[in-house]
Amino acid sequence: MNRVHQEATVAVPAALPQIRKAPISRDRLISIALISPSILAIAVFVYGFIAQTAWVSLVKWDNLKPDYTFVGLYNYDRLFQNQRFQIDLTNTLVFTVLFIIACLGIGLLLATLLDQKIRFEALFRNIFMFPLAVSFIVTGVAWRWLLTPSSGVNLILNALGLLNKDPNKWPGWFTDPTFGIKAVVIAAVWQMSGYVMAMYLAGLRGIPEELREAARVDGATEWQIFRRVIFPLLQPITLSAVIILGHISLKIFDLTKSMTGPGAGFSTDVPALFMYDTTFSGSHFSQGAAIAMVLLFFVSLLIIPYLIYNFRTEVQT
Amino acid sequence: MELKRRVMLAAAPLTAVSMLLTACGGTDAASTAIPAAATAVATMAPGAAAGAATAMTGAATVVATNVTGMTGGTGKLEMFSWWTTGGEEAGLKALYALYKTDHANVEIVNQAVAGAAGSDAKAVLKARMLGGDPPDSFQVHMGHELLDGYVAAGQVEPLDDLYKSEGFDKAFPQGVLDIVSGKGPDGVQHFWSVPVNIHRANVLWYNKTVLSANGITSPPATFADFFKDADILKAKGITPLALGDKVPFASAHLFETVLVGTLGVDGYKGLWTGGTKWDAAKVTEALNNFKKMLGYINSDHAALTWDQANDQLIAGKAAMTIMGDWVDADYKAKKFTDYGWANAPGTAGVYDALSDTFALPKGAKDHDNALAWLKLAGSRAGQDAFNPLKGSIPARIDAGQGDYDAYLKSAITDWKKDTIVPSVVHGAAAKDGWAQAYTDAVNTFVTSQDVAATQKSLVQAAADNLK
Repeated sequence: MNRVHQEATVAVPAALPQIRKAPISRDRLISIALISPSILAIAVFVYGFIAQTAWVSLVKWDNLKPDYTFVGLYNYDRLFQNQRFQIDLTNTLVFTVLFIIACLGIGLLLATLLDQKIRFEALFRNIFMFPLAVSFIVTGVAWRWLLTPSSGVNLILNALGLLNKDPNKWPGWFTDPTFGIKAVVIAAVWQMSGYVMAMYLAGLRGIPEELREAARVDGATEWQIFRRVIFPLLQPITLSAVIILGHISLKIFDLTKSMTGPGAGFSTDVPALFMYDTTFSGSHFSQGAAIAMVLLFFVSLLIIPYLIYNFRTEVQT
Repeated sequence: MELKRRVMLAAAPLTAVSMLLTACGGTDAASTAIPAAATAVATMAPGAAAGAATAMTGAATVVATNVTGMTGGTGKLEMFSWWTTGGEEAGLKALYALYKTDHANVEIVNQAVAGAAGSDAKAVLKARMLGGDPPDSFQVHMGHELLDGYVAAGQVEPLDDLYKSEGFDKAFPQGVLDIVSGKGPDGVQHFWSVPVNIHRANVLWYNKTVLSANGITSPPATFADFFKDADILKAKGITPLALGDKVPFASAHLFETVLVGTLGVDGYKGLWTGGTKWDAAKVTEALNNFKKMLGYINSDHAALTWDQANDQLIAGKAAMTIMGDWVDADYKAKKFTDYGWANAPGTAGVYDALSDTFALPKGAKDHDNALAWLKLAGSRAGQDAFNPLKGSIPARIDAGQGDYDAYLKSAITDWKKDTIVPSVVHGAAAKDGWAQAYTDAVNTFVTSQDVAATQKSLVQAAADNLK
């Protein structure tokens, strides 16, 4: 930049005083003016409130009346000893792992099938994408009905003769404490796998046909092409999908709230539900803030490496 | 070039403004955001208090004019509750209709938020109260839910003048007056809310035909009887005890009645005042009784709400259920008459009570209309209009004339002679933080059935809240 300016001053001496008066160029000024409102809004409404939540999690606000007595990490200490929170962390881990694996698997499978130049491709694509248009609340209510043991899926399975004659031995789905959160995974996967399919489909369409042709010429089987050529090229898509799915699963609230609630023995409980209950039913505002910070920490574990990765690739290019 | 100049001209003021904003943001938002926000919240209560203090000095006169037949009035009445279905809503609407006869020009804004036992409504209310946007009056459970909550936070007005002018201090029984009054932030005893009804938590409901068809002539009165009858029913393939704890308050409610039944009146009351230790052998016994009871419930309990579980009793698939007496209104709405009731096992002569009351938030926009509402809610006419529909009994001793059904008539009789204990799940016995910790512990227990671990959680909850 500097060099350009110097050259300009040398070439056009008349412009010299003007540049000295305005060290920031006009374009720069305009761009600052245009982005500053949004920077300000984000600073206050995102980072400001994160900072306030962090502060509340370190004080003794344990009733309706705010109490800003500093207690250090006491709230976190109590939180990690809490039985319900321990169950929540396990549930979140199970949910996140199963949800991501199932969405990626099903999404990739559907995308690969759709990429076979089949008839009515647009129709199928839309069918698989449609669940995404529904809110998690609706998904939750519908799947609650579907997976209630005495109705829905069990009646279909029973009609097919797949279930025990004694209704008491039918699968309990989310009401079964050992199955619990996995039932929520089913509903979440139903909703999100179409989205992953769309991402993969876009990725597949972006891979030039020449690469496949070249591999075929080299004598690779279709499976080898997929395994050695296509799959590695889809890696950035997989990474994006994992980030998107991961942060959804860590923050999930609406789906469990409408589908199951905390569940028997908290078998379908998640940290966000606990946060809601402890803050608004129990008035433990500091504990609620501590849960929020723990959630933020987990999400950052996922997001920050991604941002660093992105930053590095941008610098390289 | 011309275009560029124009853009510059337009951008100049914009830049100035946004620079100013960033400057403020830079110094204020970044360095003092937290304290600023803190004081904003902290000062809200005293600020409101100051406003309310002036309102209070005026309140006495306002009440006086109000009481001596202030009909009319204009503006709005924003009423916050969690009454959205069946008899609850019908009762509320009946009160509204009564209100309208005297205050035809007041527009009633019905802010009702659905959700069992008001759990979601309470969240909405909390956000509004903390945000400085209170409704004109709101539904709140009688007892510590209000006293340790909004009263301690200084967000509701004392109602002593109203109690005196309307004679509420003589109309409600002493047991109720004790629970609706408490020390305010000023350290003085005040009345804080007006109870419109009384509900009973310790009721065992049963399907008459199912019990008699299986040779059970009277409902079980003790735990021993209960387990004996339950074995008979279970052997016949009938669910002895219907439970629907999708919303966990239901199992916590069941355990509350087991606590009362096992520890007795004084033992149970002591749990919430420190008189009874939570690590006592009697609490272990209660947990074991509860554990044994859980062996007789329907397998899909976690998928159902309490009223859906009640459907199993109506259908004859289940024989009994233990739930508060709002069940009576549920039966009525579902046109089911083949039911009987008894006290939950071990709780003969005990009235495990909860009450819906209305409070007056500081800074209510329509203060006078709200006072008129409270006056109506505490009046005999109001209580006898509301309660037969809601399926509860009036809190007033002199009320109880009206279209009450057989169950309610028996409850009105019991109310006058039984020993009253406060319900914990429904806000009377302990503050909401404790009630929530208790509910969490019980909900974990329903699955884990780990007596020692649950008792430890309960001990911890008591230690946290008994300060």
